[in-house]
Amino acid sequence: MMITILLGTLVVIRLMSVSQMASVLSGEDEDVAQKRDNSMNSIGMVLFMVIGLALMVYMTIKYQPFMLPVAASVHGVETDFLLNINFAVIGIVFFITQIMLFWFVYKYQHDKNRRALFYPDNHKLELIWTVVPTIVLSALIVTGLREWNKMTQGHPDDGMVVQVYGYQFNWMARYSGPDNKLGRSYYKLISDTNPLGIDYSDPASKDDIMTKSNEMHLPKGVPIQFVFNSRDVIHSAYFPHFRTQMNCVPGMDTRFYMEATITTKEMKGITKNEKFDYVLLCNKICGVAHYNMKMTVVVDEPSEFSNWLKGEKKVIDAAPTAELEQNISTASTVSHEVAL
Amino acid sequence: MEVRDNTHSGHAVAHDVHDHGHDDHHHDHHQTFITKYIFSTDHKMISKQFLVTAILMAFLAMGMSMIFRLQLAWPDETFPFLESMIGKWGKDGKLDSGFYLALVTIHGTIMVFMVLTGGLSGTFSNLLIPLQVGARDMASGMLNMLSFWFFAASSLVMFGSLFIEAGPASGGWTVYPPLSALPQAIPGSGLGMTLWLVSMVLFIVSALLGGINYVATVINLRTKGMSMTRLPLTVWAFLITAILGILSFPVLVAAALLLVFDRSMGTSFYLSDIFIGNVPLDHTGGSPILYQHLFWFLGHPEVYIVLLPALGLASEVISTMARKPIFGYKAMIGSMLVIAFLSFIVLGHHMFVTGMNPFLGSVFVFTTLLVAIPSAVKVFNYIATLWKANIVLSPAMLFAIGLVSFFITGGLTGIILGDSALDINLHDTYFVVAHFHIVMGSSAIFGMFAGVYHWFPRMYGRMMNKSLGYLHFWITIICVYGVFFPMHFIGLAGVPRRYYANTAYEGFDQLININELISVFAIIAGVAQVIFAFNFFYSIYRGRKAPQNPWNSNTLEWTAPVEHVHGNWPGPIPEVHRWPYDYSKPNAKEDFIPQTVPYSQTPESNRPGDF
Repeated sequence: MMITILLGTLVVIRLMSVSQMASVLSGEDEDVAQKRDNSMNSIGMVLFMVIGLALMVYMTIKYQPFMLPVAASVHGVETDFLLNINFAVIGIVFFITQIMLFWFVYKYQHDKNRRALFYPDNHKLELIWTVVPTIVLSALIVTGLREWNKMTQGHPDDGMVVQVYGYQFNWMARYSGPDNKLGRSYYKLISDTNPLGIDYSDPASKDDIMTKSNEMHLPKGVPIQFVFNSRDVIHSAYFPHFRTQMNCVPGMDTRFYMEATITTKEMKGITKNEKFDYVLLCNKICGVAHYNMKMTVVVDEPSEFSNWLKGEKKVIDAAPTAELEQNISTASTVSHEVAL
Repeated sequence: MEVRDNTHSGHAVAHDVHDHGHDDHHHDHHQTFITKYIFSTDHKMISKQFLVTAILMAFLAMGMSMIFRLQLAWPDETFPFLESMIGKWGKDGKLDSGFYLALVTIHGTIMVFMVLTGGLSGTFSNLLIPLQVGARDMASGMLNMLSFWFFAASSLVMFGSLFIEAGPASGGWTVYPPLSALPQAIPGSGLGMTLWLVSMVLFIVSALLGGINYVATVINLRTKGMSMTRLPLTVWAFLITAILGILSFPVLVAAALLLVFDRSMGTSFYLSDIFIGNVPLDHTGGSPILYQHLFWFLGHPEVYIVLLPALGLASEVISTMARKPIFGYKAMIGSMLVIAFLSFIVLGHHMFVTGMNPFLGSVFVFTTLLVAIPSAVKVFNYIATLWKANIVLSPAMLFAIGLVSFFITGGLTGIILGDSALDINLHDTYFVVAHFHIVMGSSAIFGMFAGVYHWFPRMYGRMMNKSLGYLHFWITIICVYGVFFPMHFIGLAGVPRRYYANTAYEGFDQLININELISVFAIIAGVAQVIFAFNFFYSIYRGRKAPQNPWNSNTLEWTAPVEHVHGNWPGPIPEVHRWPYDYSKPNAKEDFIPQTVPYSQTPESNRPGDF
């Protein structure tokens, strides 16, 4: 292989010196573009544009089924709609500007006997293409922000509180139980049997439920208030189908409010894929096994969901008695420290 | 009249730095190899040093991308040559998943900082500012030399970090703590991360020394008649870029310094409530988000530090080769200034999903989308410049047009990502990778190629081979679109970036053929750059001798002799009488009128309002 490259290089060098000599002899000047170069390259430009745009359209159609998997949340359907409007707007601009760019290169190729039009400015034209994008962008900003405000503000507080907790390299989920309140937790309380560092002295922790396997369930049609945090580095909880993403930051709670609209079972039908499962992925680089950090998410009908939840253990039941006492005494020192 | 002194001080610079009377290249008795090629204070030599270093670094970073593209396209294959190339990281021909992250990290760092900041600004600000404003050299040759050597040291440290036991930094080019602060979290956050930080601090010193020099030169050393509104757009771009760098890079030093404290002195600026390696750490009260705010205070202007010089070079190349004045000269300057200003108040759009207050998010959506307006103005101005032009398609011109095409494509997807509601789903997916590689990476590198092809005769006194230039352009533009356009599709499917393998979710398996396509294009693109490197180094020695003004350009650099002399012009510094874009002026004898030609010599083409 090396030999081929070497030989190839030598051949190119020879050819270059020959062509250089030939062009010097024939009086053709320098390495400046000649008429032939201009026409060849400008034809190339137009071909590139036409074929490029055609391939783009073809690929967009071909990969349509994979792009934007069916949105399975209330806000997801709305943001998808918004995204498509945005795509339409930028698509139009994309086609017009690219076609003009490449077409002009072809149309106005160099001609010795012609002069370019001396046209240094036109204030009216410039005003138009400042104002029109401003108006279009304002419309996009307004629609985008309306959606954003809807997603981030003014939710009812009654959403079911679910904690999603990231650590290298897995996820855990905790449900707040009947009181819909998560018990306090503190990282110094973390142990093998208490992976979330829950403070058992907090009454709100008594009914908290933790998933026992690498799978979380969500009820369909029930608003959910996610609370995210992390044990070690920043993770990002990304649910592609729910169009939901929020970073999990150690030392701080982040929140996201959403409502799932399609059960896993229904989705299997929609995608015609018996093996379909929702998934929670980590989408912030978090270490060597970042790419493997995922959790299966199952969306159930509300009744199925409560049955499933009954089968999961309360966090407090999982703790051995000795550890429970230890935890409560540490927790009190900790809260003492914090109070100080 | 205030400019008259410049000629004088320009002479003074030349005198200080070089022995008088030894201007001629061939009779440099007093210049040793070391003072001429290594510790040179001549801006033209320094610019070449920057360029060659950047080319070497670019090949390194591109090689890295080819290795990880192999992994992404063929995750189940083994490549035995990897083991001989990268040793234990490619054991049995399989790329190590930790080293994959290291490759991604160092690829990004080198490309953004060493190639597109140091390589682009360092090369062309150095070459063109003195030559185009009509100065004998930079305001301070000494600082300029230091700027290059800090850059070289920074590049060396970054390169050296590849060879240490635990591997180089691997937390992504943004090195967010706590991942980058804790060696227990990832092996690369040990010595590798320390070296990364050292390298960055050296780099910032270089960028600041360079930037201060560029600003001082543009403000103080313009020749007689060179008012700010007669500066070529290149110089405007370099000036604004330098100001951006001076204002934003120090914040990155602050961010890095606090990270150093957290890493080695037990402080808690970025760390709080962490339980790792089965022990709780003592750090408490810090916020990892603080780092992100500080980082992106540089990080976003950095995008324009990369992009503006490329746009400046493209403006100059497009106007010259279209034989037509750049459309809306003042609007071009205005939009660069607006972009530069806005670049400081959009940093939050990198952080929509960090849990930042949603109201703050809305403010950043607003400011971010505002950037689209001056950007759109620039694009329309480029297109208007081409309208009814008389276009000479030199390789440089092709690359400049490619730049505009990328700027459109990548800029438009920015409108989507800047919209917080839409960003939630696309954040950190391949859609983002596609967006910034097109709008920032490819645009800027095309600007750099345009610059190299266009000003090579000015640098080396020889021409680059145009046929190889055309070949290089066509393969590159096809491959760049082939690599980055399909990434939009993968991103829309929800594939996260920085994944070693897309096996986590079975739905992603179906996308493997797109990944193969991308990798094939990436490898071809990589190989095609050898054509460029060959053309570049071959032409330095064997290229055709360049005429003084090969592109019939108006700007001052083409009035200097082909053979480099110290102080740039053997005689007095030329005076400037007009703006740089008098191309195809009606009734003029030729289709260009250099800036040095007074209006009194061109009565036939003068227009009302010209002077």
